[in-house]
Amino acid sequence: MSTPQPNDFSVVHPIDHLMRADRLPHILCAGCGIGTVIHAYVRAIDESGTDPDQHVCVSGIGCSGRAAGYVNVDSYHSTHGRALPFALGIAVHNPSLTVTVISGDGDLMAIGGNHFIHAARRNVNLNVICINNFNYGMTGGQVGPTTPIGAKGTTAPQGSIEHPFNLPYLAKACGASFVARWTILHVRQFTDAILRSMDKDGFCFTEVLSPCPTSFGRRNKLGEGLDEVEMYRERCHIENGAENLQDLDIDIVDHEQPITVGNFVDIERTAFHA
Amino acid sequence: MTSADGIVRKPMDLDRAGVPEGEVHIITERCKECGYCIEYCPEKVLVYSKEINSRGYHFPMIAEDKATSCVLCKFCDLICPELAIYTTDASDDETQS
Ligand code: SF4
Ligand code: SF4
Ligand code: SF4
Repeated sequence: MSTPQPNDFSVVHPIDHLMRADRLPHILCAGCGIGTVIHAYVRAIDESGTDPDQHVCVSGIGCSGRAAGYVNVDSYHSTHGRALPFALGIAVHNPSLTVTVISGDGDLMAIGGNHFIHAARRNVNLNVICINNFNYGMTGGQVGPTTPIGAKGTTAPQGSIEHPFNLPYLAKACGASFVARWTILHVRQFTDAILRSMDKDGFCFTEVLSPCPTSFGRRNKLGEGLDEVEMYRERCHIENGAENLQDLDIDIVDHEQPITVGNFVDIERTAFHA
Repeated sequence: MTSADGIVRKPMDLDRAGVPEGEVHIITERCKECGYCIEYCPEKVLVYSKEINSRGYHFPMIAEDKATSCVLCKFCDLICPELAIYTTDASDDETQS
């Protein structure tokens, strides 16, 4: 290869046509995993062989909500917590479209929590990718509905005392047709999970554990993004089809505890169509 | 490819299949030095540059002795949050018979 030079803009990434490349580099922090998820989403569109015009990306508010602004498909950056009802409207009105929601744990599971349970209950034909970094990153690291017990945030300096949601268990209990959990290190597997979701009728949910070094990692002694990903490499074990979803809570304090990832649910259930 | 028992093992289709050789492309201005590509390259092809890009980040470059070591697994590309690195098949550039 030729030696890379600083300030060289002449090299074009082969997936740039599915990105709003003129907006890159994006605003997300160094080591933030959100960029990897956006990248995997556009790659899934590319690999699916479907027309990008058939895809719609909807996101909510927060750092993950930026996704809609960087992908070169029809996209909508909705208000806080309302990515799902907006996406539902699109999916129901025009069933030929493949609608993907990319948003964060705070947006989807706190203010958007009711929309989540009912969209899953109805089995609306949506692909939901929840980037879970365990906190409200954009606003400075407040604890949210997925913050593990004992993890620190600006609003829980001694560590959170609340029970968090276990997202795969929640999604399955609400009736989702497809449920998976991966981390950004499992990029091949969650790209496949996104592809499966695009293909499948009904509510498909993938949780992606993702480092937020700026707001969460720093406070919880997880180090840089690389250190957090390394923790996932050491602790994750893959259990596709795991039955015991109620036991899949994530412990961020005790690093001896395994973190279970995999494609857990893939069932046939009548999807909601108008 | 000599195993502990001293037997030399060679894949039967080595001549036909070969190991793919990749060429690495780096969009230096996009890199934020997260290190994912460097850490998780299975062949340890990449190292941090001494130079920095305009925002002060050390981007990846090919380690001195690794010019032909990329096996085109594409993991560096897939994991990169910045879309700052990708690989192509080096043999595509050569005349194939
Ligand atoms: S604050 Fe956290 S989630 Fe937001 S861009 Fe930075 S690292 Fe990512
Ligand atoms: S394609 Fe694979 S082997 Fe080649 S540089 Fe990237 S990670 Fe390393
Ligand atoms: S993964 Fe991307 S952003 Fe991170 S060091 Fe490599 S090229 Fe730079």
